[in-house]
Amino acid sequence: FAGLADVSISEDIPVEGEITIPVGSRSPDEDFSTLDEPVRDTIMRDLKAVGKKFVHVMYPKKSSALLRDWDLWGPLVLCVSLALMLQGGSADSKDDGGPQFAEVFVIIWFGAVVITLNSKLLGGTISFFQSLCVLGYCVLPLTVAMLVCRLVLLAGSGTISFIIRLIVVVAMFGWSTLASTAFLADSQPPNRKALVVYPIFLFYFVISWMILTFTPQ
Amino acid sequence: QLLGGQRQPRSFWTFEYYQSFFDVDTQQVLERIKGSVMPLPGKNFVRHHLRNNPDLYGPFWICATLALAVALSGNLSHLVEKRTSPTYHYSPQIHNVTIAATLIFCYVGLVPLALWGFLRWRRSPGSPPGPYSFLETVCAYGYSLSAYVPSAVLWLVPVSWLQWLVLAVAALLSAAVLAITFWPPARADSWATALAVVATVVSLHTLLAIGCKVPMGGALGGSVSPPHDPHPIFPSPH
Repeated sequence: FAGLADVSISEDIPVEGEITIPVGSRSPDEDFSTLDEPVRDTIMRDLKAVGKKFVHVMYPKKSSALLRDWDLWGPLVLCVSLALMLQGGSADSKDDGGPQFAEVFVIIWFGAVVITLNSKLLGGTISFFQSLCVLGYCVLPLTVAMLVCRLVLLAGSGTISFIIRLIVVVAMFGWSTLASTAFLADSQPPNRKALVVYPIFLFYFVISWMILTFTPQ
Repeated sequence: QLLGGQRQPRSFWTFEYYQSFFDVDTQQVLERIKGSVMPLPGKNFVRHHLRNNPDLYGPFWICATLALAVALSGNLSHLVEKRTSPTYHYSPQIHNVTIAATLIFCYVGLVPLALWGFLRWRRSPGSPPGPYSFLETVCAYGYSLSAYVPSAVLWLVPVSWLQWLVLAVAALLSAAVLAITFWPPARADSWATALAVVATVVSLHTLLAIGCKVPMGGALGGSVSPPHDPHPIFPSPH
């Protein structure tokens, strides 16, 4: 080992420091660790987020809550409840034309995906799931219309009930379209807004058609 | 081959490839729809309106709208016609939309494919560069269906001769635009080919119109019952 005797650590390379891992202040994540909280808190937080978005849909202002913190719980709940309410209508014979549960589901989700693809292809800056989130949440007015229609149909199914249902469905259809346009149109280039709004109009028109033509057995 | 500053051909698997088919503005779409129902002898739809920028937005959404319009107007006219009949029970017949959509999308997909293939095949090597691209053919066909959308809505009026008149006018206008569009490349081949091509285009277009009207709407004066007649076991709704 004679050669090693010449090796020495140069004086100007500092060899100092701590070997221990600093256990300093707790990282910020640990303060928000959601693993220890009660289950009720977790569920309530998500429910409150969904509820807040419902309020945003009913009173569409320029707020980014729907876009920034998108979730798909609300659309799922709305879709399932709408599909359930559309059951039990002239469904005794299988090919009598009323929408089945799976048909409503497929129409809503497939329609939302097609509209999202359309707006992205036209050059929109919104992300895929944000757009699905907005379209799903804006089904809320139509779900309310379905509820009202079912209540009206309990009272009778003559011409007056039809006129009431027509007015309610048309109003809610307009509300849905306006709400989703308010959220989605900003992310499009300005000379293509109508191209994006038209498929949304068609989508809610189909859903409104299904609601209006619901006839209980 | 120089592309003259146009967009680069992108790979089939990227999203931008498909975005290049949606590169239209609202104004352009409206212009193209107007151009597809006004047959002016000098103005070839593909050269004049598309100008090397074919899009898929128009054909896709016009076909979807047409499928909806045909199914809905058929459903409604059936209702209007049969409302007083005691055995009639209203049903929205949502699956008619699927049938209509399949028919229309197949028409806009397969007929341009056949036409484009035929024109490609018949193009002699010395002729000026080429007939239209496949996308332009699909685009021309898709936009030409826009004439059928208002006629589908007008078929709600339960007056038989008016329905046939509306059908004839719509079919004539849009078939004329198609004929003007496809005359030049077919003419480059020979008179006989040109006449055959134009005759086929016009007759298929008219057949589609009739095919949309007859099963869905009240056919032939309302005496023929459509195949989806619900079986009369329900009492009349009060």
